[in-house]
Amino acid sequence: MITKWAIILPFIVAFIIPMIRSKLKKTHIGWIALIVPIVLFIALLRFIPQVAAGKVYEHTWQWIPSLDLSFTTYLDGLSMLFALLITGMGALVILYSIFYLSQKEALHKFYCYLLIFMTAMLGVVFSDHFIMLYFFWELTSVSSFLLIAFWHHRKASRRGAQKSMLITVSGGVAMLIGFLMIAHMTGSYSIREAIQIMPTELTNTLFIPAMVLVLLGAFTKSAQFPFHIWLPDAMEAPTPVSAYLHSATMVKAGIYLVARLTPLFAINQSWFWTVTIVGLMTMFWGSFNAVKQTDLKALLAFSTISQLGIIMSLLGMGSLVYVFGYSPATVIYTQAGFAALFHLLNHATFKGALFMMVGIVDHEVGSRDIRRLGGLMSIMPFTFTIAMIGSLSMAGIPFFNGFLSKEMFFEAALRIQQADLYSSTAMLSIIPVIVWVGSVFTFIYCTILIVKTFFGSKDKLPRDRKIHEAPKGMLISPFILVTLVVIMFFVPNFFARYLFSPAMLSLYPNTGTMEQLTPHIAAWHGFNTPLLMTIAVVIIGVILFKLLPKWRGIYNTLPERFTLNVLYDRGQNEVENVGRFMTNLYMTGSIRHYIIYIYLFFIVVVGGYFIKSDSFAFDMTKNAPIEWYEISLMAVMIIAAILILRAKSRLTAVVLNGVLGFGVSIFFVLFRAPDLALTQLVVESVTTVLFLLCFTYLPEWKKEDTPKYTKLINMAIALSAGVLVVILSFAVLHYDEFKTISGFFENAYELAGGANIVNTILGDFRAFDTMLEVVVLLTAGIGVYTLIKLKPRKERKKNEDQ
Amino acid sequence: METMMILIIGVLVVVATYLLLSKNIIRIILGTALLSHAVHLLILTIGEVKKGDVPLLKETPGPYTDALPQALILTAIVISFGVTSFILVLAYRAYAQNKTDDMEEMRGDEHE
Amino acid sequence: MKINDLILRTVVQFVVFIVLTIAIYLFFAGHYTPGGGFVAGLVLASAVVMLYISFDTDTVRKGLPLDFKIVAAIGVTLALLSGILPMLFGQPFLKMSSMNIQFPLIGEKTLATVMIFELGVALTVVGVVMTIILSISEGSDD
Repeated sequence: MITKWAIILPFIVAFIIPMIRSKLKKTHIGWIALIVPIVLFIALLRFIPQVAAGKVYEHTWQWIPSLDLSFTTYLDGLSMLFALLITGMGALVILYSIFYLSQKEALHKFYCYLLIFMTAMLGVVFSDHFIMLYFFWELTSVSSFLLIAFWHHRKASRRGAQKSMLITVSGGVAMLIGFLMIAHMTGSYSIREAIQIMPTELTNTLFIPAMVLVLLGAFTKSAQFPFHIWLPDAMEAPTPVSAYLHSATMVKAGIYLVARLTPLFAINQSWFWTVTIVGLMTMFWGSFNAVKQTDLKALLAFSTISQLGIIMSLLGMGSLVYVFGYSPATVIYTQAGFAALFHLLNHATFKGALFMMVGIVDHEVGSRDIRRLGGLMSIMPFTFTIAMIGSLSMAGIPFFNGFLSKEMFFEAALRIQQADLYSSTAMLSIIPVIVWVGSVFTFIYCTILIVKTFFGSKDKLPRDRKIHEAPKGMLISPFILVTLVVIMFFVPNFFARYLFSPAMLSLYPNTGTMEQLTPHIAAWHGFNTPLLMTIAVVIIGVILFKLLPKWRGIYNTLPERFTLNVLYDRGQNEVENVGRFMTNLYMTGSIRHYIIYIYLFFIVVVGGYFIKSDSFAFDMTKNAPIEWYEISLMAVMIIAAILILRAKSRLTAVVLNGVLGFGVSIFFVLFRAPDLALTQLVVESVTTVLFLLCFTYLPEWKKEDTPKYTKLINMAIALSAGVLVVILSFAVLHYDEFKTISGFFENAYELAGGANIVNTILGDFRAFDTMLEVVVLLTAGIGVYTLIKLKPRKERKKNEDQ
Repeated sequence: METMMILIIGVLVVVATYLLLSKNIIRIILGTALLSHAVHLLILTIGEVKKGDVPLLKETPGPYTDALPQALILTAIVISFGVTSFILVLAYRAYAQNKTDDMEEMRGDEHE
Repeated sequence: MKINDLILRTVVQFVVFIVLTIAIYLFFAGHYTPGGGFVAGLVLASAVVMLYISFDTDTVRKGLPLDFKIVAAIGVTLALLSGILPMLFGQPFLKMSSMNIQFPLIGEKTLATVMIFELGVALTVVGVVMTIILSISEGSDD
């Protein structure tokens, strides 16, 4: 039950917040939003002991049972870890944002989007149904889009929002196709059932395509190389959003998916290779590029990309246990998976704190460009402390949690080197090298972050304002986070016991007991290779940092026009141009052209298939008898129809149309349809009145001055449409391959208590149709009313682009 | 009977299509009205005409004509009334705004 | 719209009542014989239109102070309610039920929930038709 309410509660509050906005003029509306994550966080904490004991809570809510669609949520170790992350970070970020965003902003929108995001994210981690997972997955993209474009008057915000939306949603669609393939192979939409069944489908031809498509979704969401380009642009969002969505939670949805589906795919070795290599490339590329950034947020964005790469590659390395099959000797590989989970939480703590720190600097100084910052240490001592702890943890220096997970990362990379994977030893031996080089760059950008912002001279700071320490409220959240950074270093095994071990069970089910899967984390493990690697990282890092101006030039070796961003922009422009060109080709604005398209389609496709299948039929033998008065009525109708074309005045035409309508109603009488005749009679009168009313406002029609060949084309289309209708009608006239269903309705009296069959169909058997029809009618009425009464308001002032 | 009916329907479709392709908006509206007449008759004709009695259980002993097409047409009549009135008002409003009833003159700019 | 025609007015005054009676008859007859919500609504609307044609707008509005947009909205709501009500009793959406009741004087008659539905349909039709016609005849007052 907790899972269901956890998903629904933020959504409900998201709806309430815009409504109560006007009631709360004085209070910052964030305080109300803050209640949600706190309540959920505490509610989830209560379940920790049971979940840590290996219990799984599950709740099913039947939606469409006949289609096997149900809304199943469950809470196990992995979703618990993520849910705590989402609600915990959510609470801290909302608390921070209360002080970061002023009352003048559109706060109701901000918190509405943020809570919708929370719903979506909790939905992702709790859903057991692939389609539900996909639904929530895309909802996170949508809410992220709205949040990035929160300051939508800025062009950069809109561009960044669009970019992230395009990339993550296309990845999401690929993932959906992958999900459908999985469901097709395993016959189940339940993630847990699919995991149980999948090992029997290893040879299925869909296996690899499904894996690639699902990974596309995960990689785009988690900003993995080469899809990472949206994340730096997403930094246009308000800083609390960047801290929450684009470093702690949403970008980890891809990590969650990879972790959750590892048992499903990892039996195939290509999973190991893809996830590990993509992760490592991302790790390297992100840290390499972070060094050249001058905007603090961009630096953090690239560092997030790099850290996500670390987690991703660790998950990949951990999946080796499936490749080798479980044995006491291979269980050691799962330690990489453990390190992934550990680093996931560590990253959330130190990166969250760093983002908030940058937000504070931006807020107080008015700039986050390192070329305009410096010497802030003495002005903002608390902010400096936060930045120091966060960066050192990120760089992997002892006494902070980042050190522990970084050591485990080195260890895992070294262990992989020894893995016996046939002839790929050369590939494997590069892994520790990449890891080490990436870590050096990580160390460098962490140093840049601290030194350029807080040390040095104050000369470059903007002079137009008095700079001082941030208000206390803004410091609470980052302070809590850096405290966690330190605590987690000293008691890592406590967190391991209650958070990571149960999550390991979800990552590696049937692979061992919780104890076997949980390594003992120790800060001191002797002078082994990982520690030596760390020492080397620090030494080389310091040297390279000092020499930075000398080797900065390598960033300019890659020409600007080959970068991924430029490729993306050019691709987008091309698609837009081609799209506009194609659209202008046929969207001419002429209604005659559009009607011609419709008719041509009908004539060519229907007529063509009709001729191809040779379905002509003409049978007069079954015809009903015909009377002389019927023939004369038909003659009148045909004459009236043709006269409409030649009518000189519109009044004549409308009267002729009335003649046709009354003729139709007489046919209804002849064909034993009294209800129709009645309705047609009244409708025809009312329609004629309407026409006449409108004529008082419209000019008399002029003779059509269309050129001759246009008239000929019109005539040809009209004639061929008529002929096609006639031959089609003949073909289906006495068609009796299927049994008629009308017999059913003749029991109207027993079934619906009415004797007028037509009316029982309308009011009972097919009442839904009638109801919707009434709605259509009402819509038409409202449409007419608004068309007449509504006057165009004065053009609102357009937002200026900044 | 059916053969003749289908021919009438054919004529109605030809006239309606020709009207739909004109420039004048009133002609277009008349075209839609005519097209719906044609379709109503078509549905009724295809559902076997004159094969039974009026579908009123208490009034006649049966067998009855097919009531389903009749129910469909009844719905269609009312909907087409709604649509016709809506387009009529659209025409009126468009004329008030653009001072023309010629669809070709209402095409708008090249890149709107 | 100003038509000063004494004969028309006098005739309409009688005819309207006849037409109204027909509308009500058609409404109740729909269960067994031709008629029903649609036709009743349309006939009712044409009766009101007749009034508007023969008298001027203000006179009719005084005698018939109805906002037809709201009539239409009430109609749709009634139709919807008749669908939702059965759900409260565990029946499917739009499940209609009926019963035969012995009335004094007029004998046995059927009471059915279809009646509510049909009333909704009729009211919507009257409301929409009148809204359309009145909006057009009033114009966009500019």
